[in-house]
Amino acid sequence: MKNFINKLIWVAVAVVGAAAVGGIALNRGESINALWFITAALCVYALAYRFYAAWIAAKVLVLDETRATPAERFDNGRDFVPTNKWIVFGHHFAAIAGPGPLVGPTLAAQFGYLPGTLWILVGGVLGGCVQDMVTLFFSMRRDGRSLGQMARDELGMIGGVAAMAGTFAIMIILIAVLGLVVVNAMKHSPWATSTVAATIPIAMIVGLYMRVIRPGRVLEGSVLGVALLLLAVAGGGWVDHHPALRAIFDHEGLALAWCVIIYGFAAAIFPVWLLLAPRDYLSTFMKLGTIILLAIAIAVLQPQVKMPALTQFVDGTGPIFGGSLFPFVFITIACGAISGFHALIASGTTPKLLANERDIRMVGYGGMALESFVAIMALVAATVLDPGVYFAINSPAGIVGKEAADAVATISAWGFPVTAEHMHMLAQQMGEATLFARTGGAPSLAVGMASIFGSAFGNGMLALWYHFAIMFEAVFILTTLDAGTRVGRFMLQDMLGNLFPKLGRTSWMPSVMLTSGIVVGLWGYFLYIGVIDPNGGVNLLWPLFGISNQLLAAIALCVATGILIKSGKLKHAWITGLPLVWLVTVTTTASWQKIFSDDVRVGFLAAAQDKAAKLAAGALSPGDAAVAPQLIFNLHLDVALTAFFVIALWVIVFDMLRVSARHLAGKPVLPLTESPHIPSRLVEDMVRA
Amino acid sequence: MRNNLFTRAWQTLRRLTGDDAYDRYLAHHAEHHPDTPPLPREEFFKQWQDDKWKGVKRCC
Repeated sequence: MKNFINKLIWVAVAVVGAAAVGGIALNRGESINALWFITAALCVYALAYRFYAAWIAAKVLVLDETRATPAERFDNGRDFVPTNKWIVFGHHFAAIAGPGPLVGPTLAAQFGYLPGTLWILVGGVLGGCVQDMVTLFFSMRRDGRSLGQMARDELGMIGGVAAMAGTFAIMIILIAVLGLVVVNAMKHSPWATSTVAATIPIAMIVGLYMRVIRPGRVLEGSVLGVALLLLAVAGGGWVDHHPALRAIFDHEGLALAWCVIIYGFAAAIFPVWLLLAPRDYLSTFMKLGTIILLAIAIAVLQPQVKMPALTQFVDGTGPIFGGSLFPFVFITIACGAISGFHALIASGTTPKLLANERDIRMVGYGGMALESFVAIMALVAATVLDPGVYFAINSPAGIVGKEAADAVATISAWGFPVTAEHMHMLAQQMGEATLFARTGGAPSLAVGMASIFGSAFGNGMLALWYHFAIMFEAVFILTTLDAGTRVGRFMLQDMLGNLFPKLGRTSWMPSVMLTSGIVVGLWGYFLYIGVIDPNGGVNLLWPLFGISNQLLAAIALCVATGILIKSGKLKHAWITGLPLVWLVTVTTTASWQKIFSDDVRVGFLAAAQDKAAKLAAGALSPGDAAVAPQLIFNLHLDVALTAFFVIALWVIVFDMLRVSARHLAGKPVLPLTESPHIPSRLVEDMVRA
Repeated sequence: MRNNLFTRAWQTLRRLTGDDAYDRYLAHHAEHHPDTPPLPREEFFKQWQDDKWKGVKRCC
């Protein structure tokens, strides 16, 4: 009887989910309620988790709950600690949830709501969740080894080097593009700039509190910090209305980019307790708090999604980034559906905490499902805006024109009516000078969130909500920037340490300065390129970031597929093999188009030729002509970088195929490095108790 | 019952944030190395925080 009711419930979930997905896909009316998106997403995740993840756990990975995990075997009270699964889930989710799933879906909304929604759901449950779960499993069975080590141990030196180089490159591009998002959010906005600037001394106060005043009292310090952050948001409004203070925080993009670069260098050489660690506590609280608040607000308000299902920009002429629906929607969404970066977390801290193998399904698969849900909410926040407003905020001036009148005329002519008066009123409500051409995704997400929060919790404080949302995004983008620079520095010190042992010493100050300087210089250069780019930089950097992130995912899936085949599970290797084939297709196509497309907004080479031709013909203004040689050089640099990504990808794919073919032909390959089975005593203790 | 629920929520929060890291360290130390004195709170927190930020800890 119980079994029957259980089945009935799952049939109901399937029917509701199918109805919601169908409703979203087939709706061609004026607008559609956001609750349909939430319902569709929850049903899809529930079904996938209940059936697909359970099947993978039982039949493919064959989780063994009687087997001791690394946390149990190496329990040292520090990094290896058997931990309750809810706690591990919390740690894992806090680590994987970053700004990517908020920005990607916002940008991809230029194609309409449908492509993004479908890819977040399908890519999530068949790609991203599987990647995270499988990587977590293999790392756990190998004493918590990293993705790079597993690539080297299981595939060989070539795979290991490709994984290492790919990780370093993605770190550089990631930080540059996130830096650009923050710079664009602060450009000529004294309120946003002063609030973001205030987060630095606030983090330091919290750091000092936790280190000196009340050592180890993390919660007390965090509560103090969150209170100060909220004060800083309100204080920013006061700065904005103060003529003298206002001028101090009102800057061009380039000046702000230099501030971010200097800040990044300082953060990399400061001790972690002073800036990075306390900032991370604050950003984690902010992130979780805001996501929960957004979910509640969407449930309470049930806003209407006004963006059409598909826009004409699926043909590749979109203003926010150039390139057609295939492959660019997949490159743009990136983190919300499948993120290679997660494989680094799933083969880092998390496997060292798992108390039991069966927790892998909830932590690995469930953690990514929740992240994917965050991406759906970001998509909702972007698409509840009037499409005209959405395009006015996100389209760079280089595309729609510098003047408000030009911009609204262009955007209205696309069929998305918007007026200069409406944009002006909206900007005033949000406490900003203008909302035109505020590219990067953060401002439009903040407007979307502010209007959702405003309608759900009172409309009087739109400007506060807007700057709260900007602060919330900036705080954890800067955390990623600090943490990423530090990881890049450690990787560089590790590599250089092989050549000059002294440089490998992580606490030797000259080495710290040198390697931090190199890492900051690298991402700083790309950030600089993005800021001087006449098309807003997002068009340039976000696809590079998407490609590098999907490349890393492909590396993780290669390692996983190789191990599955070597373990005699060829029959089931499609669980990672299929997403891998898809990612290789998408990344290769996107890379090819980014290099060779004739469209100057897509192809780097075409853009470089176009620029050179205009420069030679004297068709550029003196200002543009001055930076043109540099832009041309940058475009060639982007070609080299993209080519490097795609070559690294194919090297590791062939390496995996080579190892698999040798194994299947019965020839010797590197042996599996799985740790031997040791029975868990935790389980025995539980049975006895 | 309500008190119990509140206590558990509080413990979970402390555990998630690392607020109870030193308490857990003391318990671990007492069980596994009872013959040596444990680190003082300041020293432990310093090492714990430095260890925590050695690898990839945050994502995009």
